[in-house]
Amino acid sequence: MIIAESKPILELVHQLSGRRRILLTGCACCVAECAAGGEREVETLAPLLRLALKVEGHSLEILTKTVERQCEWEFVEELAELIPQADAVLSLACGIGVQAVAERFPEIPVYPGVNTTSLALREEPGLWAARCQACGDCVLGETFGLCPIARCAKSLQNGPCGGTRKNGKCEVDENVDCVWNLIVERAAAKGRLESLLRIRQPKDWSNSHHGGPKRMLREDLRP
Amino acid sequence: MKLRSGSRLERVLAAGHFAVTVEVGPPQGPNPEVIRRKAEWLRGVADAYNVTDNQTAVVRLSSIAGAKLLLEAGLEPVMQTTCRDRNRIALQSDLLGASALGIKNCLCLSGDHQKASASGKLKGHPGAKNVYDVDSIQLLAILQGMRDQAVQASGDPLEQPAPFFIGAAWTPLATPESFRTLRLAKKIEAGADFIQTQAVFDVARFAAAVKKAREMGLCDRVAILAGIVVPRSARMLRYLNERVPGVEVPEELIRRMEAATQPAAEGKKIAKELIEAVRVIPGVRGVHLQAIENEAVLPEIIQSADLLPRPELNAEPARAASIRNR
Repeated sequence: MIIAESKPILELVHQLSGRRRILLTGCACCVAECAAGGEREVETLAPLLRLALKVEGHSLEILTKTVERQCEWEFVEELAELIPQADAVLSLACGIGVQAVAERFPEIPVYPGVNTTSLALREEPGLWAARCQACGDCVLGETFGLCPIARCAKSLQNGPCGGTRKNGKCEVDENVDCVWNLIVERAAAKGRLESLLRIRQPKDWSNSHHGGPKRMLREDLRP
Repeated sequence: MKLRSGSRLERVLAAGHFAVTVEVGPPQGPNPEVIRRKAEWLRGVADAYNVTDNQTAVVRLSSIAGAKLLLEAGLEPVMQTTCRDRNRIALQSDLLGASALGIKNCLCLSGDHQKASASGKLKGHPGAKNVYDVDSIQLLAILQGMRDQAVQASGDPLEQPAPFFIGAAWTPLATPESFRTLRLAKKIEAGADFIQTQAVFDVARFAAAVKKAREMGLCDRVAILAGIVVPRSARMLRYLNERVPGVEVPEELIRRMEAATQPAAEGKKIAKELIEAVRVIPGVRGVHLQAIENEAVLPEIIQSADLLPRPELNAEPARAASIRNR
């Protein structure tokens, strides 16, 4: 899922200072799963924001609405009746949702309430960790189902750097597994260590952001 | 054997001599005198001098400029090049530039992550964006293509080849140890001519790793230079042992430094003993010495290890090669 984290409340207060009535909108999809921008977070944030702005001497009225998915037009449309009642929108959706709302309602300023950070998996309750970087050239078939692009701090493609700690963690973060250590362990367990001897050529990054903003066109699905 | 770059380091190794390289750290400022001063301290004590590329991700005078300053001072540089800060376009461009400046040895590294820059007293640039377009093994292959086929990574031609003697790092004792020799094999396959290893303190374990490499035939294809870091204190050894992956310092060595009344002198003695110990390991063809920000101690250590004077190389290359092949 797409992972996001709440922005510091002071940053939100700064953004919204001078507004009188805002629409605080959540998304019930990924950001709800990672507890950053679902209905619960929307309803918790609203009174906090009101209070924080009051301390600063501003009185703010907050309308709230959480839609199923802010990244799909039909759900974004559900905000249409509330938009005219507000003078700004604070969206707790990922960057895609924020932009969808801003695109659909160009007449009103839309602010992000979260920072979108990664494509991640919930490893344990309360712990999410990156699994994919949307590089556009998936190598998982050759790396025993473990992604060296997203999970190696240097996105190395031919094995671990010299920075694997004794306990198999990454030198960059003692809490993060060296993914190449995991890949080697899995390869060894399957008796296929030698498959990692093949030299992977420089990657073609052009099917991701590096090729310019990505567009995917499917003629078979066009109207 | 035809020489690949004609560098002094390559010729020393080809002639069968035990090679000595030392590390020269560039300054965190633009003053060329810092490099020139180190060049004067170190003149004549090594066959080539590594210039680090923003090591620990701390901004320093560039390795290409540092290497050129050494050349001007009459010392042969090994330009270190990391994949952290440059994509394949910038890397190749800098390599062509380095070759044009007369730089013949290049050590290809992944490079320390930018987060490392903030681990000491410095603020560093942990918020920097890294590049890692290619990794160190891919960089080795790019250099080999530029040298042997006069092609760029894309396959586009170069107007003429860039003759580099190509180096790589090896950390044989880092986790996962079972893969480290295979990774060395990959580096050789990709184009490495010489290897400079992570610091060796546990000679027995290092010798076992080299033996494994030798049994795989790797030592016939690459010249391994064992990394020797000059210890300055027991605290430093403990730090290296606990905090630097792949560096294994035996407890007795740490205790020996703790017991020393003059740790600096003891450290020099340990460095000398380590040089002598790795020198007799079959497959080790040189040493790479690092005295981090303390380069002035190196001449004495190299002298005490009986590695001075460095060989004179007047023999023409073909003869030098035949000596090695005997």
